[in-house]
Amino acid sequence: MAHNYSNDIAVVFGGAAGQGVQTIADALVKVLKKNRCYVFACTEFMSRIRGGSNSTQIRITDKKRSAYVRRIDFLFALNAEALDHLRDRIGEETLVFAEKAGMEGKDISGVIDTPFAAYAKQAGNLIFSNTVAVGVVLGLLDLPVDAFSAYLTEQFAAKGEEVVSQNITAATLGYEFGRKTAQTEGISVTLSRALKPDPELLLDGNTAMGIGTVAGGCNFISSYPMSPGTGLLTFLARKAGDFNIVVDQAEDEISAINAALGASYAGARAVVTTSGGGFALMEEGVSLAGAIETPVVVHIGQRPGPATGLPTRTEQGDLNLALYAGHGEYSRVIFAPGSFAQAIDVMQRAFDLADRYQTTVLVLTDQFFLDAVASVRESDIVRRPVVSHIVKTDDSYKRYAFTDDGLSPRGVPGYGDGIVKVDSHEHDESGHLTENFGLRRGMVEKRLTRLEALGREALMPERFGPAESETVVVSWGSNRGLLEEALDTLGRDDLSGLHFSQLFPLHPAVRKLLENRKVVVCENNATGQFADLLSRDTGVHVAKRILKATGEPFCIEEIVNALEED
Amino acid sequence: MTENPFDMPGKDINWCPGCGNYKVLDAVKGALHELDIDRKNLVMVSGIGQAAKMPQYINAHMFNGLHGRALPVAMGVKLSNRNLVVIAESGDGCMYGEGGNHFLHAIRRNYDITVIIHDNMVYGLTKGQASPTSQMGMKTPVQVNGVMLEPFNPIAVALALDAPFIARASIGDTDETKEIIKQAIQFKGCSIVDVFQPCVIFNKQNTYKWFKENTYYLPEDYDPADRKHAFEKAIETEKLPLGVLYRQDGRELYEDLLAIPDTPAYEHKVSEEAFEKLLAEYR
Repeated sequence: MAHNYSNDIAVVFGGAAGQGVQTIADALVKVLKKNRCYVFACTEFMSRIRGGSNSTQIRITDKKRSAYVRRIDFLFALNAEALDHLRDRIGEETLVFAEKAGMEGKDISGVIDTPFAAYAKQAGNLIFSNTVAVGVVLGLLDLPVDAFSAYLTEQFAAKGEEVVSQNITAATLGYEFGRKTAQTEGISVTLSRALKPDPELLLDGNTAMGIGTVAGGCNFISSYPMSPGTGLLTFLARKAGDFNIVVDQAEDEISAINAALGASYAGARAVVTTSGGGFALMEEGVSLAGAIETPVVVHIGQRPGPATGLPTRTEQGDLNLALYAGHGEYSRVIFAPGSFAQAIDVMQRAFDLADRYQTTVLVLTDQFFLDAVASVRESDIVRRPVVSHIVKTDDSYKRYAFTDDGLSPRGVPGYGDGIVKVDSHEHDESGHLTENFGLRRGMVEKRLTRLEALGREALMPERFGPAESETVVVSWGSNRGLLEEALDTLGRDDLSGLHFSQLFPLHPAVRKLLENRKVVVCENNATGQFADLLSRDTGVHVAKRILKATGEPFCIEEIVNALEED
Repeated sequence: MTENPFDMPGKDINWCPGCGNYKVLDAVKGALHELDIDRKNLVMVSGIGQAAKMPQYINAHMFNGLHGRALPVAMGVKLSNRNLVVIAESGDGCMYGEGGNHFLHAIRRNYDITVIIHDNMVYGLTKGQASPTSQMGMKTPVQVNGVMLEPFNPIAVALALDAPFIARASIGDTDETKEIIKQAIQFKGCSIVDVFQPCVIFNKQNTYKWFKENTYYLPEDYDPADRKHAFEKAIETEKLPLGVLYRQDGRELYEDLLAIPDTPAYEHKVSEEAFEKLLAEYR
């Protein structure tokens, strides 16, 4: 039986935590990128340190793709449990590679016996099994093994020549097995290797968020670890020295947001990173930020709730939390980047808007987005100038002086002759507490007025497909790649897509894009939170919601199916 | 004495007549003036409660934040501009109750701030419920049969965490309190000052007279460097010791461990060289 693959190949590695699924994926995406293939990797894993069953999908394509597909072309099962875990994704066309030794008594019908461990031992150590696996993939794809040898040489240089040469032996054994198997199984792969070395950066979501954060001039983070928000904290910790960033691991999330506000009050550009549960603890601090008009950027890496939920899985269920967080009424901005280039841009905007509008900017991502890997063209990375809006004060300074646009010049302690008083109580212009109703009315208005200007500056959604279509499919955040590819796959004139990377406030022109069309909203939650927001703020009717809240991302197939009915 | 630059003449003050807070305010302002602190360089951070209103009445920078959260704010300020003098102050409920976790971890980090706790052993602003330091047996609208729990001992807790400067004062003695606060402000590191004060409205038990009769000053030959001895003093209950119970100079500061530069954060520039190097890592 012949197996032909052309320019869209889905390879999946499954195994237990600690078995090296991630190591294989990291190596393979780098080597594939060197071979000028477009790659996209996404990961699903259990909330445990060892054992369980995790998997990583790597898509190798002829154009930029960043969505998850359910289909598996080549499955590499590192243990028998991986076969069970992924059984319902194994189709007739799936080729399954596993080492039969050690899987006795399991259902291994149709499995291509692949001697990962045997070759590894032959090369010198069982630990090289992962290297063998990468070699096998390269052999199957008929890609040269040199880039992998170079990668191994660099990766293991510190461990000495012997380890390097043993790894290369393991890679070669795997590669030859892959070549041979391609011939015996009739596997033929066409790869156009269309990636231009522009240069392209290979990033994961956490790194993209981190690059945007340092580019935005951030110099303070206090946070408490919580999956999947922790990646930004560890990124900034690694880069603290290079970029002069204060990194504090807080005793709890309440401390984190209050420390960030203290830092921002003193003139730092502060960020906190967390997930929904941690953010729930921060809510009073968000309200404080609103009251004292002090800038802060909050990253919420979403995961399924309620409560502890599914700690390592993905969902877009915290939009309402972000939208309504904190008691009282004040302004805020909510972003949800859909690509890594967008993440870099949005984080810079976040710090700029927070500073310029003395407001809270919330950035929503999710586990799927943060752990995914894709290449980003360097020329697509936007740099925004870091402009400080802090003023030098004089002795007549009043922190909350009334102005037409509601924004008072922001001074910081120690810069100028003025005294800077901020207060969580309702306050007068000088920042002292007051119960004067007239002042109260003025301050309420002051804190809300800026929303209008923020709306005018809001990012417009990105359109995919024809400008005039009967039906418009709306999505947000991490579903950008999904929307783009699903519409591409359907290729219909009556269907277009709008991807929102800013969720609040919406640009006033958004309404026009939706009016008199059938609006379908697709989001990774159970109720359609963005669909509700869209209706609330534009008045348009949402005809259909495509929703999923299993803890998994959408796959292309289910969106294509769901849209075929429209 | 010359005019105190920290005064705010004519400012309406929200405290009850006879409140111990007035004297704490005097002691703090007196200490600041006598130490010749530049008010443009002083940040007063507080939480919520009657005690926490104190920075409203001091002519210096102020961050009057949330209940229990003065210490994280104070840390953020200090780490973003280490040239500022930072004082965090609030009541016993704010610092030991709502903010208890921050109290522990501020001491562990040891950044250079002064923490002043107005300890009146009752919740005033919420009208008379027990505070963590209320004495057993005190009847309140919630503790209707009297407080059943042992009071929180901030001095012993701070000692257990090896806070480098721990003192207790009693505001009936404003001058002595001022001198203790002066030492605390001058100390490099996290200095804790628990200040006994009466609540004239809601605590009829721990009055000026009670504090006078139930405290004593540590003798002149007391050695504050002796931590074990300080523990013995900290757990005394018959009469409560006043003065600097423990002091250990030279402890490394959090801002030094983090290598915080002298330049304030508002002068931050993104290093283009570092950014170029960062992108190169992922090519």
